[in-house]
Amino acid sequence: MTIRIAFKALGRNKLRTMLTMLGIIIGVAAVIAVVAMGTGAQAQIEEQIKSAGTNLITIFPGSVNQGGVRGGMGTNTRLTPEDADALRQLPEVEFVSEMVQTRTQVIYGNQNWNTSIQGTSIDLPSIRSWPVKYGAFFGSDDIRGATKVAVLGVNVANNLFGEDVDPTDQQIRVRNQIFRVLGVMTSKGAGAGGMSQDDQVFVPYTTVMKKLTGMQFINNIIVSTRNADDIPAASTSIASTLRARHEIPEGDPDDFTIQTQEDLIAARTQQTQTLTSLLTGIAIVSLVVGGIGIMNIMLVSVTERTREIGLRLAIGARGADVLLQFLIEAVVISAAGGVVGIGLGWSVSEGLRYYQNLPTLVPLNSVIISVAVSAFVGIFFGFYPARKAAGLDPIEALRFE
Amino acid sequence: MPVIEVKNLTKVYTVGEIKVHALRGVSLSVEPGEFVAVTGPSGSGKSTFMHIAGCLDRPSSGEYFLDGKDVSKLSKDSLADVRNSKIGFVFQGFNLLSRTTALDNVELPLLYMRKGQGNLPKLRAKQRHERAMKVLEQVNLGSRYHHFPNQLSGGQQQRVAIARALINSPSILLADEPTGNLDTRTSIEVMGIFQQLNREQGITVMLITHEMDIAEYGTRLIRFRDGRVVADQKVVHRRNADEELAALPPPEPDQIPPPEETKPAAAAAH
Repeated sequence: MTIRIAFKALGRNKLRTMLTMLGIIIGVAAVIAVVAMGTGAQAQIEEQIKSAGTNLITIFPGSVNQGGVRGGMGTNTRLTPEDADALRQLPEVEFVSEMVQTRTQVIYGNQNWNTSIQGTSIDLPSIRSWPVKYGAFFGSDDIRGATKVAVLGVNVANNLFGEDVDPTDQQIRVRNQIFRVLGVMTSKGAGAGGMSQDDQVFVPYTTVMKKLTGMQFINNIIVSTRNADDIPAASTSIASTLRARHEIPEGDPDDFTIQTQEDLIAARTQQTQTLTSLLTGIAIVSLVVGGIGIMNIMLVSVTERTREIGLRLAIGARGADVLLQFLIEAVVISAAGGVVGIGLGWSVSEGLRYYQNLPTLVPLNSVIISVAVSAFVGIFFGFYPARKAAGLDPIEALRFE
Repeated sequence: MPVIEVKNLTKVYTVGEIKVHALRGVSLSVEPGEFVAVTGPSGSGKSTFMHIAGCLDRPSSGEYFLDGKDVSKLSKDSLADVRNSKIGFVFQGFNLLSRTTALDNVELPLLYMRKGQGNLPKLRAKQRHERAMKVLEQVNLGSRYHHFPNQLSGGQQQRVAIARALINSPSILLADEPTGNLDTRTSIEVMGIFQQLNREQGITVMLITHEMDIAEYGTRLIRFRDGRVVADQKVVHRRNADEELAALPPPEPDQIPPPEETKPAAAAAH
């Protein structure tokens, strides 16, 4: 019954009700849109990292804990193909690939393309669950002989040979050397760094080291375990194997870094979360400002409707009835504002996705929290004006001019 | 059993250090069917008496029986319930809710009705509308139920207020200067409604006014001065509103159009 009374009272002053709601609408819409952007970005990062496979471990040279000038004589701070071979012996490890990168121009006929040359072992397609589209990946003979063969990323193939052309057995030039194209990888999309994984050329790592760069060391090693549960055990084994090989004394820090996909997700998540919480803080401030707006309007409303309150008390409303009426009015304003705000915030996030190509995702809990917070804002900021109304003396209120 | 029976009613206000004796021992009783006019100069205590009689306020001392029940020491909430079920108020300023139809205004007291209270059973929405229509017809406003207060003349607004006062079948109708904001002709019209309700339905009316000529529409005149009843007598030459109205020249066409020309302002019949 009181709910009906409150709704009728709100309906009597629609413009003011709408304007008061606006504060909450903007606040909630801001929260929803910001959280949607944060969650979307995070989901995208996780997606990218997981697309690489969750059973991956990457080993980099150098320690993350290394601060200032360090590194004594005789310590090996590089990774070598022999390190990778040692890891191949570990029971937890399924596939291993030495990784060496360089960047250069590749030429076919009158087409050229500047891309990343990625030296790998034969295991790369298995490690990354990444099949070839045309032709085949190189084999162990190519590794052993450091042959000049290349498997193209789909972007590279498209740029050199045109869309949907099988370039197998064609010849391309890389740093003035002739490479035979063995095949083309399927499309993989953006990787963990956000860069396209399709813009690469895969060649045997031995070829990169001996024919292209002359490097003695490899950039990193990627390892896959049989399944994701083996990651912790594998990490431990890898660490002890490499420490033994690098002859690191007990107590000294590692001269390499083992990074699992989980670590990568955590690091990326940390970054987006910092930004999201900052923006959420700003959004919450605007919600509080909206709440103060409600309180302000409700106080004005109580004063303006003093005679109405006096009349209601005179015809038999109890103080509690009046309190409830004003409280419900405040909560209806804020909750309705919350619902409209969710709609608006959702539209903004959808709009950003379509027009700005931002990854957005409205999580259900942010919707629930927004409704709860806006209802709470209504109760919190509506209570004082409502109590003021309920405490009025009917005689005084009826006389009020 | 008297509708109102007060014994040695006093009311003392403390304003700062000064004690104001608004009522200094008032004893009187009002029988069912009476039309009592309470009058007196300002500061005589008639308003204070009205507030206590209307259960808006409690006496400092003395007893007050409404329908035989002692209401002088009830809690705030119980007083609210008594006001809702037993008393119908009509105010000088009408006090109608703006932007609310006549029908919704009249229904308002029913929304605050509590189970088992008063002279009516708890009503459903449809029954409330029917009852509100019935009392609007009693004040000859049945055709204007969907009008907003600002579409009604002063006299019509006061009749809506009277209908609102009647809706809970109160034991007594308390009218506080009901003609204070009205011109002579509409004053007579409104007094005609009170006389009609009193005469035809035996509704007990207590009218508070400082105008002697308005007081003469009642059957009994109680005069207050300095917080005491100084006179309590039968009205000798009682005025009859209907006859006076008939004798007046016909009203000038007023600014309120007749019902058939106005569109329903809102979907009033839910």
